[in-house]
Amino acid sequence: MDADLLPSKLNALVVIAVGITIWWLSIFLSGSHIFPTPWHVILGIVELGKQGLLLKHVAASLYRVTYGYLLAALLAIGLGLLMGRFRRVYVACNALVQMLRPISPIAWIPLSILWFGVGDLSPIFLIFLASFFPMVVGTVAGVMTIERRYLWAAENFGLGRLALFRYVILPGALPQIITGMRIGLGVAWLVVVAAEMVAINSGLGYLIIDSRNAGNRYDLVVAGMVLIGIIGLLLDSLMRSLERLDEVQWRYGR
Amino acid sequence: MGAKICVNSLWKAFPTPRGPLSVIEDVGFTLTEGEFVALVGPSGCGKTTLLHILAGFDRPDRGDVLVDDLPMRGPRRTGVFVFQRGAVFPWLTVQQNMTLVLRDLPPATRQELANEYLTLAGLQGFERSYPHQLSGGMLQRVELARALVTRPEILYLDEPLGALDALTRLQMRVEMRRLLARERCTTLMVTHDVEEALEMADRILVFSPRPATIQAVVPVPFPQPRTMTHPGLVALKEEILRELGLQS
Repeated sequence: MDADLLPSKLNALVVIAVGITIWWLSIFLSGSHIFPTPWHVILGIVELGKQGLLLKHVAASLYRVTYGYLLAALLAIGLGLLMGRFRRVYVACNALVQMLRPISPIAWIPLSILWFGVGDLSPIFLIFLASFFPMVVGTVAGVMTIERRYLWAAENFGLGRLALFRYVILPGALPQIITGMRIGLGVAWLVVVAAEMVAINSGLGYLIIDSRNAGNRYDLVVAGMVLIGIIGLLLDSLMRSLERLDEVQWRYGR
Repeated sequence: MGAKICVNSLWKAFPTPRGPLSVIEDVGFTLTEGEFVALVGPSGCGKTTLLHILAGFDRPDRGDVLVDDLPMRGPRRTGVFVFQRGAVFPWLTVQQNMTLVLRDLPPATRQELANEYLTLAGLQGFERSYPHQLSGGMLQRVELARALVTRPEILYLDEPLGALDALTRLQMRVEMRRLLARERCTTLMVTHDVEEALEMADRILVFSPRPATIQAVVPVPFPQPRTMTHPGLVALKEEILRELGLQS
């Protein structure tokens, strides 16, 4: 498998290298003095590292994402299982879910500051909101598309309600739950940066806004963006490793 | 008296945009304990719907089904259904599938019974496999082993070999006969394979095209094991094919 993947992974590196080259060339050709070159950005990251700020900002953002996201996952999967399984719960909750879902988490920033102040709680709440809905939707769809014959078989063998959830509904919906979790984590990471741009003094979002405000340090602005991208990639590959679990191979394997 | 399953004048129609579509009309028969009855008919005639009703997954519009003289109120552990497309849980290993359906027993007994039936079905060495890692024939063995391990009184088989290729199907026919002969459950099997029915059943109900009505009842009074070269079976096969309108 790895041998087959190696060339395509190399291709991914080539595409990134082309992107960086275009970035560099356009600075060279336009003669821009404000926009940083890739090399300046690397120097910026090294500088942040030396000052101990790199770790501080990354840790602050990851901390907020971890709490907001895990809380959302817990509640979203719970609610999604109930909505997917019980028609009444679905009818009762779906309208509200579909109403809240299209409201951008950014729109909640004023309310969130009003309710939770300018500490960690506010971005955690926004991340919670952002990642909650994709995971609810994924879980509901996962439960609803479990084939009837599996539910009938479970009924036939007299599985109790708990066993039914533990051994049939949850694993049957798991592939789509994982997809929802992947999307949820992506959105969570998207939102933490936006949330940190408002009235907070740590995190990658703060780094970006602060670097611009405090002396137009565009090298650090772009450094923040690059770090966000790299961490996003790492988080997604972490989630994708869930798709390699034996329990979901019936859906992803083959 | 002595009827294990008593089916009284079942009617069933499905609503469609163009009005109700009648799929079962006035179907009635009885099964004695331990009897093996095959339901044969053209595909799409309503046999599967009928079997769903008999097992309690679906309800008739009219008529009723009595098991041990009690009206059927829903699927029960004493009557296990083997689905056409299989219902071995793909997210559990073979072993986990077997023990899950024995949850009311103590863990040691579960293991013991699961091992016994896996061995019986020739599945040793596949305990830790996931269903998608098995061939169609092996999967069908798991399906049967999981149904039999709960030691049901009644088996409902909906085209149990329908998903297999012709060669595997012949092998599994022998295998299935061996497994079922040991248990002596009262068995209802839907099939469109006349030879399969003749080899296994004590009695064959031939159904008309939709809406399904019983067109003929054919007893198969020959001892097991049967082979299709038996002249009596050949004659019966012709009779059934004629009933199905496939041979003049």
